[in-house]
Order: sequence, then structure tokens, then C-alpha cells
Amino acid sequence: MAEKNNAKPNNKRGLTALLEQAQEKSKALKEKVIEEAKALKEPEKTQLFRSIFRVKHDEQPRNRALSVLTNVFFHLHPAKINRDAVRYSFTWGMGGLTFYLFLVLTFTGVLLMYYYHPTKAQAFRDILYLEHDVPFGKLLRNMHRWAAHLMIITVWLHMFRVFLTGSYKRPREFNWCIGVILMVLTLLLSFTGYLLPDDQLGFWAVTVGTNMARATPLLGHEGPFGAQLGMTPYNDVRFALLGGSIVDANALLRAYIWHCIAIPLLAAIFMGVHFWRVRKDGGISGPAPVTLESEVKEAKGPTPVIMRPSGMRE
Amino acid sequence: MDWHQLWEITSAPDNIPIVALLFLVPFYAWYGLRQALENDRLVAQLEKDPAMAKTHHRKTQPWKPGWSREVHVWPYLMRIEFLAALIVTFILMVWSITLNAPLEEPANPNLTMNPAKAPWYFLGLQEMLVYFDPWIAGVLMPTLIIIGLMVIPYIDTNPLGNGYYTFRQRPIAILSFCFGFLGLWVLMIIIGTFIRGPGWMWFWPGQTWDHNRLVFEVNRDLHEIWPFSAVIPQTSWLAKGLFGGAVVALYYLLAGLAVHKVFVLNEFTRKIYRRMGLVQYLTVQFFFVTMLGLPVKMLLRLLFRIKYVWVTPWFNI
Ligand code: HEM
Repeated sequence: MAEKNNAKPNNKRGLTALLEQAQEKSKALKEKVIEEAKALKEPEKTQLFRSIFRVKHDEQPRNRALSVLTNVFFHLHPAKINRDAVRYSFTWGMGGLTFYLFLVLTFTGVLLMYYYHPTKAQAFRDILYLEHDVPFGKLLRNMHRWAAHLMIITVWLHMFRVFLTGSYKRPREFNWCIGVILMVLTLLLSFTGYLLPDDQLGFWAVTVGTNMARATPLLGHEGPFGAQLGMTPYNDVRFALLGGSIVDANALLRAYIWHCIAIPLLAAIFMGVHFWRVRKDGGISGPAPVTLESEVKEAKGPTPVIMRPSGMRE
Repeated sequence: MDWHQLWEITSAPDNIPIVALLFLVPFYAWYGLRQALENDRLVAQLEKDPAMAKTHHRKTQPWKPGWSREVHVWPYLMRIEFLAALIVTFILMVWSITLNAPLEEPANPNLTMNPAKAPWYFLGLQEMLVYFDPWIAGVLMPTLIIIGLMVIPYIDTNPLGNGYYTFRQRPIAILSFCFGFLGLWVLMIIIGTFIRGPGWMWFWPGQTWDHNRLVFEVNRDLHEIWPFSAVIPQTSWLAKGLFGGAVVALYYLLAGLAVHKVFVLNEFTRKIYRRMGLVQYLTVQFFFVTMLGLPVKMLLRLLFRIKYVWVTPWFNI
């Protein structure tokens, strides 16, 4: 309370004085409440709001840009982009959807991990438990499964569109290579997850898959020159993958660790680099104005240095 | 016509992605190609009319002189991203409520699944097992695919078509990528899903999967076939190895010549060719010829029942 109690003790006494005092106080309080309630109509002016967002959110161009730049999640984006690039027809949204599906998979995957033990005794039962007893367990498992399949499709379509728009050309060559690694990681994520339910489907798919590793040239015991180099079923590359000569408990544990820790981490790191490079390579490639053949200048000498930090124009 | 069999394959929950692929891939191929042709028309128009080329904004998207080149990400991009995320979440929800992820019996090493199929995204490689030994189909090919994809930006010396859809400005690149992606990768997945049945045998769509069907191995190696069988000592590893090596070398030579012919086909392709360094050109040759090797070997198998072309004590091709 900002106001001091100024009741005069010598004029009025007793109950009336107290009542009056109380009335005065309640009036002041009421005013205060009304004042603060009014302030709530503009929450963006409160200290709490300002501490979180720090900039105004109105239609000013500057503030629109700031709302992107001052948010750690949004600032993956530039503040402004090519007006035609926001059209669905150019990117098909496939890169973004791939990333979104990765987030969905991380979320559902972590929830699944609360119920799953990577052991021969429990893995299959945990899936049955998920399907029949865990609230929404079946939905959770289905979402994780179908999102994984969808992610593979979106990665392929993303690569297809990047190729069709020639977006791998200078200066984006390296980001294309990072993309290829991301695609391989996506396939491996899906493949390692296939074994985890420990059912016939996963078991035989992984058996078929890893049997090929037997035939690795030099490093597999059935591969060309493998036997000559001393490869046996107990020391070749397949043994390293499975932690044994057959798909069993060790293979389950290894698949689990690859699937839940190692590959997601790698993929997250490469995605970070991928997005960063999209920005540093000058943002998304198009839709660019078409170039005519007659305008192509023949390059001479070594590849020119290209470095266009975001916001800097050539 | 066994509709039930067909339904059983297409409706298996794990095959839904491939059914989706069957629609999505042609749709997006068409969607991209349509924009490519639209841009090609614009390019042709501008090539013909240099005055127009000087002032034209050079895009097929709507354009008016006063419009700014850029828009704010907030809200113009983010609202689309948000909407896309909502739609995909909705699709996933419906998909997950209506279709259950498969769960078979507990893993049992003593009970073989027939057919034992790899996950659908690797079916292309499994299909290659029919035509190639596992070290090629399972190890060499994936490695070459990964490396081959990664070298694309460094061997494509055509500066045109950077950042917009086009076909005429880069026909070789587009055709060869589509051949690899649509013709080999996606098609093989579809064959692996819908055609291959028990024993990895060929069953036409609608043909009943007969678990007792037997196919008698009639495949022979190239050196066992007349007239080669008459000339080559069938028991000599050396003779067989030299013969097979020579055949493979001959293939690389002939296919390499054919690829070269494509690169000197006309003035446009010759320009691309001239920009290439020696290493670039040899890399292009290697990957093109090796990729073409797949259908060649498949045809040899399907038409002439040839198992191996090159037989050695250590590996067979
Ligand atoms: C986990 C997988 C991947 C994720 C999450 C991802 C994400 C993205 C995103 C969000 C973009 C921005 C533009 C767009 O949405 O199209 C992008 C651009 C790009 N991506 Fe990916 N991507 C992935 C895999 C790949 C693959 C497999 C390739 C190619 C082999 C690739 C190559 C590129 C290139 C070259 C660009 C720049 C395109 C341009 O400037 O037009 N990415 N990526």
C-alpha cells in the first residue's frame, strides 16, 4: 500500500473511527484492484511478459522481424524471405515436415521408453503391455511407427525436390552432402527400431539385413577376401553389429542404444548443421529468376570463395 | 484372379506407406515437372525476345511492379508451417487410430518367416539379391549409392537451373536422377512389396501365393553357355576369371562409349562436357556405367537365365 494511514486520533474515537478507517482503506484497495485489473487488459506491458518476450508484438515491420530474431526456436528462420519461397509449390514443405516428424518421433519415443526394457525377457511383453494396458499405449506405439514411415517418405521427397530445383548447386554442395548423411541416419533410425518389439517381423528383417554384413568385402567372413584375412563368424563386422553371431540379447541392447541414443543424437547434430548451412548459404535457393543459357559466364580459375552470412547480400 | 491375396498385400498395415508412395511419388513428380515445363516455356520466350529478357522479372509466379521481393517470416511463413504441422498431426492421429502397428509372434530363430522381407525401404536392395551376390547388393551398392549421391553437386558442371524447376536446361541430370530414384529405387520397392511372394518368387498381382511352388534352378554362368563353353576350359579358374574379367571390361568400355555419345550429342551437352575436369568426367562415367549395369544384369538374368558373368574363386559378379 502506497498511501499512509492518516486517520486523526484526537477528533473521532472508538468504533466509528475504526469503521471510517476501514471504509477508507477498502476504497483505496478497490481503486487499486480496478487499476491493476485494467493493466491486465494489456498483458504485454507486464513485467512477466516483458521478461519473456522483451519486444512488442505489433504490426511494425521492425517488431515482426524482432519477434523472429529474439526467439531461440524461431530464429532458425531469417526475418524475411523471398516472397515466392513461402508458396507450397516450391519446397513442398518436405524439409520442414521431415523435421516436424523427427520432433513427433522424439516425443512419442521418449514416452515409449518409460515402458520398454531392452531385454529378451521383457521387450515383447512390454509391447503387449503397451498395447493392452497402458492408457493410450496403443495410440502411442502406432503414432511412433507411422511417423517413422512417413518421415522416410518425406526425406525422399525432400531430396527429390532439392534435386529438381537444382538446389544442390553452388553454393549449396556441402549442404546436399549433409542431407545425404541425414537420409542415411533416418533409414538407420527406422531399421534399428524395427528389432525392438522383439517379434518375428523385426527378428527376420534384421536377420536378413545383417546377413548381408557377412558378405562385406574384406570385413565379413563370407565376403570376397574375408576368409583370406582371417574373418570368422566370431570376429567379423556382423559380429560387431550384433554383439554376437546371431540376433539375440546383445543385438537387442545394441539396437536399443543405437536407436534411442546414438543415432538421434547424431541426427540432431547434423540437422543443426543442415539448418545453419541453409541460412549461411544465403537462405533457400529459390524460386530464383530463370537464367538464360546465353547469360552464363564461363568460370575461370579456382572455385570462388562464397560466404554470405545471413543478412549480407552479394 | 485372387482378389483376396491382392487385398491381403495392399492392406497389410506395414505396406500402407508403399501404397502411399504409389500415389505420392507420381504426384510430386508431376507437380515438379509441371513447374519445370512452365519455366521452360518462359525461358524459350525470353531467349527469343532479348528486349523482354531485359525487363522481365523472370518468374512464373504472379508479380506486380510495386510488390516487395521479400515478406516477413512472421506471419507469412510461420502460419504455413503451423498449418502443415497441424495437418500432419491430424493425418497421423487418424492413421494411428484406424491402423495398428504390426506385432507378430515373439521372435523365434527356429521358425523361419517366409517370405522374410526386409523393412520396405530396403526392399530395393533385397530385390537386387536376386541378381547379385550379397556383397554387391548389400554392401557395395548402398556404399555406391551414398557416395554417388554425395558427388552429384561436384560432377554436375551445368550452372543452369539453380533454384528453379526446369527440364530443358538440364535434361541429362533430371533424366538420370529420375531413372535412379523412380526407375530403380522406388520401382524395386514396389516389386519387392507387391510381386515377391514366398521363396522370393515372382507372383503377379492377384496370383495366389503358393508356398509349395518350386522353381528349378536353370540359371547358368556366362562361360557355360555356347559358344563360350566351347572355347573356355570349364575347370580352369584362370581361364574363367580372365574371360569374365574381359567381359566386364568390355561392358564398361561399350557402356562408357554410349555415355560419352550422350555427352557429345549436341551443342548443349557438349558445353556441359567441356566444363568438366578429367576427374569429374571419369566419376560421371563410373557412376553412370555402374548404374546402367543393374538393368543390364537384370535383363541378362531374365532373358538369358545367366547367373554370373564373372566367376573367380573369391567373388562372382
Ligand atoms: C532428416 C532429414 C532432413 C531434414 C530435417 C531437412 C530439413 C531441411 C529444411 C527444413 C530445409 C529448408 C527448405 C525446405 O524445407 O525444403 C532444407 C533444405 C535443404 N536440404 Fe534438407 N533436410 C533433410 C534431409 C535432406 C536430404 C536427404 C537432402 C539431400 C540429399 C537435403 C538437402 C537439402 C538442401 C540442398 C537444402 C537447401 C535447399 C534450397 O536452398 O532450396 N536435405 N532441409
